Amino acid sequence: MPTQIDAASLGIDFVHLAPEIILTLAAIAVVLVDLVARDKRVLAWLSALGVAMAGGAAVWLWTSDASGASYSGIVITDLFGTMFKLIVLGGTLLAILFSPAYVERRLARFHGEYYGLLLLATVGMMLLVSMGELISIVLALEIQTFALVALIALLKDARSTESALKFLLLSAVATAVMLYGMAILFGLTGTTFITDMPGIVAERVAEGGLANNLALIMAAVLIIVGFGFKISSVPFQMWVPVVYEGAPTPIVGYLSVASKAAGFAVLMRFFIVAFEEAGLDTLDWPLLIGALAIASMTIGNIVAIIQTNIKRLLAYSTIAQAGYILIGVAVMGNGAANVYELATSGVIFYLAAYTFSNLAAFGALIALSPPNGNDSIEELTGGFSRSPFAAVVLTVALISLVGLPPTGLFVGKIYLFYGAVQGDLWWLALAGALNSFVSAYYYLRPVRRLWQSGGPAATESESTRSLSLRASMAVSLIGVIILGIVPFWLITRATEAAASFTP
Amino acid sequence: MQAFDGLITLIVFLPVIGAAVVAIAGREQMLVRRIALGAMILDLLLATYAWLSYNANGPIIEQLGDYASNPWIPGVNASYLLNIDGLSMPLVFLTALLGVVAVLGSWHVKERVREYHVWLLLLLTGVQGVFVAGDLLLFFLFWEVELVPMYFLIAMWGTGHREYSAMKFVLYTLFGSAFMLVGVLALRFAIGSFDMSAMTLAGQEETLRVAFLGLDAIFLMFLAAFAIKLPVWPLHTWLPDAHTDAPTAVSVLLAGVLLKMGGYGLIRINVGMFPSEMEQWAPVLVIFSVISVLYGAAVVFRQTDLKRLVAYSSVSHMGLVLLGVASLGAVSVTGAALQMFAHGTITGLLFLVVGIIYENAHTRHIPDLGGLIARMPIVGAVFVFAGLASLGLPLLSGFAAELMVFLGSFDAYPWQTGFAVLGIVLTAGYILWTVERVLLGPLKERWQSVKDASPADFVAMALLVLPIIIVGVYPALVADVFRDGVTLLVGGG
Repeated sequence: MPTQIDAASLGIDFVHLAPEIILTLAAIAVVLVDLVARDKRVLAWLSALGVAMAGGAAVWLWTSDASGASYSGIVITDLFGTMFKLIVLGGTLLAILFSPAYVERRLARFHGEYYGLLLLATVGMMLLVSMGELISIVLALEIQTFALVALIALLKDARSTESALKFLLLSAVATAVMLYGMAILFGLTGTTFITDMPGIVAERVAEGGLANNLALIMAAVLIIVGFGFKISSVPFQMWVPVVYEGAPTPIVGYLSVASKAAGFAVLMRFFIVAFEEAGLDTLDWPLLIGALAIASMTIGNIVAIIQTNIKRLLAYSTIAQAGYILIGVAVMGNGAANVYELATSGVIFYLAAYTFSNLAAFGALIALSPPNGNDSIEELTGGFSRSPFAAVVLTVALISLVGLPPTGLFVGKIYLFYGAVQGDLWWLALAGALNSFVSAYYYLRPVRRLWQSGGPAATESESTRSLSLRASMAVSLIGVIILGIVPFWLITRATEAAASFTP
Repeated sequence: MQAFDGLITLIVFLPVIGAAVVAIAGREQMLVRRIALGAMILDLLLATYAWLSYNANGPIIEQLGDYASNPWIPGVNASYLLNIDGLSMPLVFLTALLGVVAVLGSWHVKERVREYHVWLLLLLTGVQGVFVAGDLLLFFLFWEVELVPMYFLIAMWGTGHREYSAMKFVLYTLFGSAFMLVGVLALRFAIGSFDMSAMTLAGQEETLRVAFLGLDAIFLMFLAAFAIKLPVWPLHTWLPDAHTDAPTAVSVLLAGVLLKMGGYGLIRINVGMFPSEMEQWAPVLVIFSVISVLYGAAVVFRQTDLKRLVAYSSVSHMGLVLLGVASLGAVSVTGAALQMFAHGTITGLLFLVVGIIYENAHTRHIPDLGGLIARMPIVGAVFVFAGLASLGLPLLSGFAAELMVFLGSFDAYPWQTGFAVLGIVLTAGYILWTVERVLLGPLKERWQSVKDASPADFVAMALLVLPIIIVGVYPALVADVFRDGVTLLVGGG
């Protein structure tokens, strides 16, 4: 007898996907309005509105404490996911706000494409955050990847095209490797639903079938490749400097925060849920993640020291930042329940503070960089006399990225490192602290240039007068400072999100 | 516990408020200076008031929220807890005093005056915060706050290899604080909150239990941070560079209060929280302190840059602080604290005078100078006075402090103390030699038109001369307060 298929039995549920649906509609609306609108600036406001509405829907999901599985278990809704969606949406909104001046100047022919693709990429990231099934994870990953490839290539000059192609190819390789790992995992467990995996794995472990199982270890390693690419961790970081140098600056800012946050969300969800029952003697994935953390921090920070291009410098900085966050992920897998919550909320807090800090830096760079598109650190000389506000924003952002008070990432680092100490991984905390020390060297150099006198003639460029750019810089700046001085509001929310995600 | 009346908070954050006013309203150079000066004078008055209140009512505590229900950073359980006890009180006063002196000593700064004073005031807040933090995380936060202003002040308004020196200063401090951070977090893990007084008690009762890191390791992590800051030979090399290239007022603050952060941390944390580890490591520390005293003093003789000379003498004098701390008696640790206070005023004064000489003569190269006292009688006299204070002339503050250190350390380490006393002899030698080379002798032709101190310089010098005399004549004024604080940490006797 054929099974009756209806919406209810499939668990189709428009409410839990409301933010994604709103955003998709907004993307379509942007493309359509582009056809008729004379004044293209309206597209920026339209997409900002779409993001804000999606954010409103996410906030509503948060306050109504929505949770549970829908779509046959493909979509998982919990506070953890909603929190990450809010971080992604916040990053997107700020990126959209600092785009208009840049798009006007460099991408005048692609207003509709720019904002449409930006929204679609965000849809992909938000789906990624809540997917509980392997194939859907890959699909969500690809939605954002293809949108991003087009966005990176949008400048249509040699560097932009080259970086888009590299991003596309490397991303394809990473996805292929990850798919291989997923196939192995499917072979071992017979399911693609990550929520079903712990039970099956536990059974196999009980039978003694999975102890020191090479296939399981291999699957985990191969899957880390795919996620490691998204979060730009060493050794999957090769694309980062190239893309950061070639892509449009607002897109780089967007990529550096939203894509990373989504990547971390799926990484945590996958490893925590799927391998929950595997036991550390069967699969010591936290150790693996810890090794990646140290490699990312160290290599990112050391290579950043020799950079002369500010976008490349920020590229290596973001690799190092991924390393700090990975400390939290390693602790999550390693510790007891109370450490687990501490580490999870630490990762969330850090990512939120990082989003503000990095976007503040990129917003200020757009405001400060000369019209000819030269991004060398020397060009920042005298930035303070040209645009005091942008210089202050960039200074605070870079100080935050070092992890010095009174900024969000200072608290974020304390939080993550404390988790590591409590979770018996104090050597990770020490490695992180020593890396912060190294990073001061390269973060402070551009700051010094900014406040020096001299440099290009003191003409205020078009972009510094853009109201939306100033607004997004101001919001980021306030975010960085607020999270550094009165962090408790967000920490409480992050702890709630972490609690919802306890396996 | 007293209610939250905001006194300490105001003392700490008044400079920040001043900085904000300067940033917003400081369109004119004189206005900027007046605002900054006003803020620091007010700060000094508040610190004086706090001292009087301390003498009357004992330690002052301020807390917003509490550890149990309403922490500042939940999860890690940090709180906004400020605390002035006997150990902090004189240092808070010293910071406010040197803040006034620093603003006065910056009167001649002509370049980007507004930004300069913003950074200067932010720096002072960071230092004040370190001395009053009652929460270990807050302590660490203020410890780091001071870095960025200091970096800018040296790198932008300094001389010579200023960028190199500024970066060296930041990196040395951050290297130490990387270790300190792990120590801070490990202590928090062992104790359950960041409350420093709880840590002190737990330390005394030997109830600290840390599973993964030995107490020795944590002790050494803190020691690394504080030894770099103090600085102790062989970690001192950032100091001469930073001093030489920093602007005058920043040198005054660096020698006057920033180094004291190291000594303060040693007493508050290493002695207060790890008594048995401290006892175990003390003999090693004493040896390092004696090397610092002698090495610093010996190297002074080779210096031709007047500022570098004072910087190395600073290394030597701070070695005495370590000697006092490591001897671990109530007398010697009190002596070390008093030495910090005395050194803050004396070396601050020396740097101020050197700065004034440099400002007027445009060189610090000692062989080029000579006979200056003929043209700069006031500056010359103050230089001689500061020099005599530095070499430990009785009835000036340095004498009382050094005497206490030596008296305290002699019982425990007679031989080592004997060597350290040799440092005093060297000091007398180089101070007198320097005075001779710079001030005495025939006046060189090119210095015929050198000017004496300006009114602002004069007031600044007077502000430092007075405490040197007062504390020298009546050391108990400061020493008693320090002793109260120290006894809480090392026990009576």
